[in-house]
Amino acid sequence: MQKIIVCLKRVVDYNVRIRVKPDGSGVITEGLKMSINPFDEIALEEALRIREQGKAQEVVLVSIGPDDAQQQLRTGLAMGADRAILVQTSAELEPLAAARVLRQIVSREQPGLVLLGKQAIDDDCNQTGQMLAALWNRPQATFASRLELDGTVATVTREVDAGLEVLEVDLPAVVTTDLRLNEPRYVKLPDIMKAKKKPIEILAIESLGVDVAPVLRVIRYEAPAARSRGVMVKNVDELVGALHDRGFLA
Amino acid sequence: MSRVLIVGEHDGRTLNQSTARCVACASAIAPAAMEVVILGGDTTTVAAQAATLAGVTAVLTVTGNDNGRAMAAFLAPQVATLADGYDYVLAPSTTFGKDLLPRVAALLGVPQLSDVMSVIGPRTFQRPIYAGNAIVTVEVPAGTKVVATVRGASFKPAGGGNAAPVRAVDASAPPPEHTRFIELRSGKSDRPDLQTARLVVSGGRGVGSAENFALLYRFAERLGAGVGASRAAVDAGFVPNDMQVGQTGKIIAPELYMAFGISGAIQHLTGIKDAGTIVAVNKDGEAPIFEIADIGLVGDLFEIIPEIEKRLR
Repeated sequence: MQKIIVCLKRVVDYNVRIRVKPDGSGVITEGLKMSINPFDEIALEEALRIREQGKAQEVVLVSIGPDDAQQQLRTGLAMGADRAILVQTSAELEPLAAARVLRQIVSREQPGLVLLGKQAIDDDCNQTGQMLAALWNRPQATFASRLELDGTVATVTREVDAGLEVLEVDLPAVVTTDLRLNEPRYVKLPDIMKAKKKPIEILAIESLGVDVAPVLRVIRYEAPAARSRGVMVKNVDELVGALHDRGFLA
Repeated sequence: MSRVLIVGEHDGRTLNQSTARCVACASAIAPAAMEVVILGGDTTTVAAQAATLAGVTAVLTVTGNDNGRAMAAFLAPQVATLADGYDYVLAPSTTFGKDLLPRVAALLGVPQLSDVMSVIGPRTFQRPIYAGNAIVTVEVPAGTKVVATVRGASFKPAGGGNAAPVRAVDASAPPPEHTRFIELRSGKSDRPDLQTARLVVSGGRGVGSAENFALLYRFAERLGAGVGASRAAVDAGFVPNDMQVGQTGKIIAPELYMAFGISGAIQHLTGIKDAGTIVAVNKDGEAPIFEIADIGLVGDLFEIIPEIEKRLR
């Protein structure tokens, strides 16, 4: 395979606890630590391993987002990707719009494989990979926990509710990654220096000629209803008593 | 008047309870017609089960050998074809629905809502974002088909007693040859299914090993409970992935959830916050799980579980 495309989304770091703006107009993201969506980082790690096994020649990163998303692309380049494309927009795209953008990139780049996270940890949609596969009319294998490539075929183990499902798909295909696919490598300082020389191509989203206007109307954001702290019991007798009071274990 | 199509989830023998939860969600929309479609190899048994669900006005069956394995690439074009006559297309927010419905939405050229947790109005819904740390209310504009996955834990399954008509429909699309099913390796056991169990016993890193999980299995068996685990326990290899409870695993709402040796990372709490009663047992009195537990006990799970068992009749 010549080329793997890995999609990276810039998101609030998973260790940061977000808060809703008091006026309900959004989530406070200003000044927060931003990172590569962790599932996308796993996708990148997998692509790098495939290239290191000699089964792909090039790993190309694609991000859709603001200028600052170059930071995450630089991190991805430092991990080992060869080059990056930033589709620049200050707007929040719905997954279908993101899939349409990626469809254009795929037409241009002709990858053998597109790898991305099963979901982004900000909007938690879990849609973009499947939508890209539909628009591209190619196979999808979501929630991958194992990926093996043999020529023009990928064998993917998927984490499904009933256990592990194994699919065989012809390439090119879209594979979305689950947590247990791999553990991403750490970036070393010399790699960060080297990554500064790697190219990031910046495309204005308008230049792709796709409809990215939001369709859904967001009305408000709010904090979830909190579960209140209950009682602490001192011993098993009290625990079993409290459960009996609630009608359990009786 | 609005018409709802619900994509039923099943394994060829049993309708997954997530479908009844979708029906409950759809009932809140108060549609004129609420139809469940069963795509499968042999759909007779499962369609009969779907026909009993309260509020369902018809069950459609699309039968074909290629539908026997629920692969999105096969099913999506068929569901998209059927969707023509409906204002809403719903599927459970399980790995089945999450895999399938975005592909359907893209074929239809409409956005999809993920994990609907409440129906505010016929076109207005709430869904969780940021691992449940924020809730967003979203409206689908008039004239746009509503395509949504439904978060089962937020809806009580629709009741039975109905006898909706069942009819076969032809929606078969040419199967794409680019995707082939190889196998399903199931971690299934005789224990109650995690997503439908009334009681769930769950273990975390504090359980310490796969061998030690035997204690939880035994306790769960005494109670007739399902067994879950935290991501830490799955990552440590104590139990298989299909037991994981949390944002990236299963989101469940049992009447009683008993967490042993689980510290309570946010992403785990997201998976259980619709549970009726949460019990936490942990050695660390500062563990975040105690912030949301209804009943907490600080102590060693290896002493406490046998002590509870002694008090069971």
